[in-house]
Amino acid sequence: MKSPDIRHIMKNYGIVIAFIFICIILSILSPVFLTKINIINIVRQTSIYGIMAVGMTFVILTGGIDLSVGSLLAVSGVACAGMLKAGYGPFPAFIVTILVGTFFGLVNGFIINAGKITPFVVTLGMMSIARGLTMLYTKGYPISGFDEGFRKIGGGYFIGIPVPIIIFMVTVVLAWLILTQTRLGRYTYAIGGNEETVRLSGINAPFFKTLIYGISGLTAGISALILTSRLNSAETIAGTGYELDVIAAVVIGGTSLSGGRGAIWGTFIGALLIGVINNGMNLLGITAYFQLVVKGIIIIGAVLLDRLRD
Amino acid sequence: MSTLLQMNGISKSFPGVRALSNVNFDLQKGEVHALVGENGAGKSTLMKILSGMYQADEGEIELNGEILRKTGLRDMLKAGISVIYQELNLISHLTIAENIFLGREPRHKSGLIDWKTMYAHVEELMASFKIDLNPRAKVYTISPAFQQVVEIVKALSLNSEILVMDEPTAPLTGNEVDRLFDIIANLKSQGVSIIYISHRLEELQHVADRVTVLRDGQCITTKPLSELSTNEIIHHMVGRHLTEQYPHADITLGEELLRVENLTKKGLCRDVNFSVKSGEIVGFTGLVGAGRTEIMELIYGHRKKDSGKIIFRGEEINMRTPRDAVQKGIGLIPEERKKQGLILGLSVFDNAAITVLERFSRFGFLQRKVITKKVKDMIRDIDIKTPSTNQLTQNLSGGNQQKVVLSKWFIRDCNLYIFDEPTRGIDVGAKVEIYKLMQSLAGEGAGIIMVSSELTEIMNMSDRIEVVFDGRIVKEFTKDETDEEEVMEYSLGLREKDVPA
Repeated sequence: MKSPDIRHIMKNYGIVIAFIFICIILSILSPVFLTKINIINIVRQTSIYGIMAVGMTFVILTGGIDLSVGSLLAVSGVACAGMLKAGYGPFPAFIVTILVGTFFGLVNGFIINAGKITPFVVTLGMMSIARGLTMLYTKGYPISGFDEGFRKIGGGYFIGIPVPIIIFMVTVVLAWLILTQTRLGRYTYAIGGNEETVRLSGINAPFFKTLIYGISGLTAGISALILTSRLNSAETIAGTGYELDVIAAVVIGGTSLSGGRGAIWGTFIGALLIGVINNGMNLLGITAYFQLVVKGIIIIGAVLLDRLRD
Repeated sequence: MSTLLQMNGISKSFPGVRALSNVNFDLQKGEVHALVGENGAGKSTLMKILSGMYQADEGEIELNGEILRKTGLRDMLKAGISVIYQELNLISHLTIAENIFLGREPRHKSGLIDWKTMYAHVEELMASFKIDLNPRAKVYTISPAFQQVVEIVKALSLNSEILVMDEPTAPLTGNEVDRLFDIIANLKSQGVSIIYISHRLEELQHVADRVTVLRDGQCITTKPLSELSTNEIIHHMVGRHLTEQYPHADITLGEELLRVENLTKKGLCRDVNFSVKSGEIVGFTGLVGAGRTEIMELIYGHRKKDSGKIIFRGEEINMRTPRDAVQKGIGLIPEERKKQGLILGLSVFDNAAITVLERFSRFGFLQRKVITKKVKDMIRDIDIKTPSTNQLTQNLSGGNQQKVVLSKWFIRDCNLYIFDEPTRGIDVGAKVEIYKLMQSLAGEGAGIIMVSSELTEIMNMSDRIEVVFDGRIVKEFTKDETDEEEVMEYSLGLREKDVPA
């Protein structure tokens, strides 16, 4: 009776065990690791792609993928900077940033559904389009220097906790609510499980799929706000390569790339795990080049584990 | 003639179904042996065992007097047995010769492909069987008929002595059929033996030497064709079945629910007319591929019709998507339970509730308590055997899976239920339960369309029977005015002339 239980635990909570294990090792290897400042650092850095990973979880649960998130972050970021520079206050800028991200996400979803093109291709194209638009708008120069109020989003604190961490937590909780308690959430799993059945059950699957790409764009917009505020600058190259960390967080968190199976808490831990590994390798003085190698191995390893589960 | 192949006492079971029991089958050298039977009689299973795709539970296969020890796919291919499947397995953008030699291309010493030898081989092979095709043509440029010939040549190139042809004439036109028969005659004369599966009984006279009839997984008879009339074959195919398993109910019919007028879709069906009354069970029968499922998909909005009217509850409606049909109160229990009816990786709850999430949610948030109660009541009412509502549907038995599909429509209270092969692959006990459920739905005033290949089921459950052949309704019967043999004759297209123009 004992061995199946262990297998059950490993299957469902292996990621938690791996997370704890890595934390223990790092705390032994580095005295700095477990300090309050370092932990807050980790979570704050995790927030930016962690929020996008929440949106990506929806997409991957439907069996899709969104490669454009990094570029959507950049285009939302410069939209934000543009608004601020044009003299609008933080609040209108805030709204526009999120709307821009959502809009591009919805466009992804619309093309995927209307054209019946695989999400990989559409979002790969959008990755280039959004990046190009960003560069056209900024002519390649960063837009920087915003007032104190706006900079609080990325650098401020609320009841002693950095604002990005609060936004990240709220996003995770909202996503959990949506996935477990709403129609949209259940359809997300259902579409990933079997889109044909969903359609034959009288549900407008394309509509919900489009919404879900909109959610992914929305989370890219939120991350853009935080990043732009924190750097006090909107860069044309912002978010380049982020899709790697974002997708990795979701996959490491146990969401199946073929769709229909996964949970938001897994993504949350997956994102933290990547944050911890990045941070740990920095603390241990491992070069950035080697860090890339390690991250790649972890992604492939996570998918391999997922395959072995079936 | 000498016995080339002998299959002795072959039995095979699948969960809940005994597909073959103690079947004997033999093949002489250079003969064409026809294998016939109703859909689900076990023909495909027997051939899948012969091709090595399935392994028999019991029994043995003898080839040239020697019992085969290994019966995997590769072993059977090596032993000289090739199957030409209904769905052709060719790669359309490669040439005929490339397809024939796929995976075993002749090569030069350098490792590069020896194109000259390859084409020469294929030309030689075709010449010897008087087949006129250019080996350099890309497969997509030739018609399905010739693609089938390519499959045959491919089998011959593997030195196959036994060819299994599964409904080879199904996609062919009259001329092409004659050509195929010429090729078969040629193959015979060169000592190739053929197992010929077909629903078209009339064509057996042109090709077959002997006939074996399968029914319900059993071998009913094997005789030379000359000793069997078409009527006798049909009689053997249909047989006498038990009828006790069909519950009886007296239901008064209400007013007309659905009327379909001249429904037409190019290549699928034409001029389909029928109606369904409240409380009525209308059975659709015909061969696989006759267009029954397609007609249902047109009504359900899963396909778009070219022309014709669908009148539902007195109003003409245009179903553009299944959503339109569902909103009007139509539910489809699809043919492919696992691919179209269920989301296997999700729970009983998620599957059963999927059609009512919209109805029971407020501002997008689900009223979980209400839905859970509905699902639990449904599980109890129709007796779905599951440890909990959280059980994944992939872990349920076929019968219980089917009940989950039913529950998602029952929970919505539809006006019209379309059952497509509702009892396929489920055990007898669950079948009876599903029949009872259908009748209680009818008793409550719903209309029911039941598409089925099982004749006894059609005969015993339907108030009215529509026989579909070649995309048309060729005959309508009311209950008790016909028998299985007559229905089968219409299904096979043997009585087509009776159809009013």
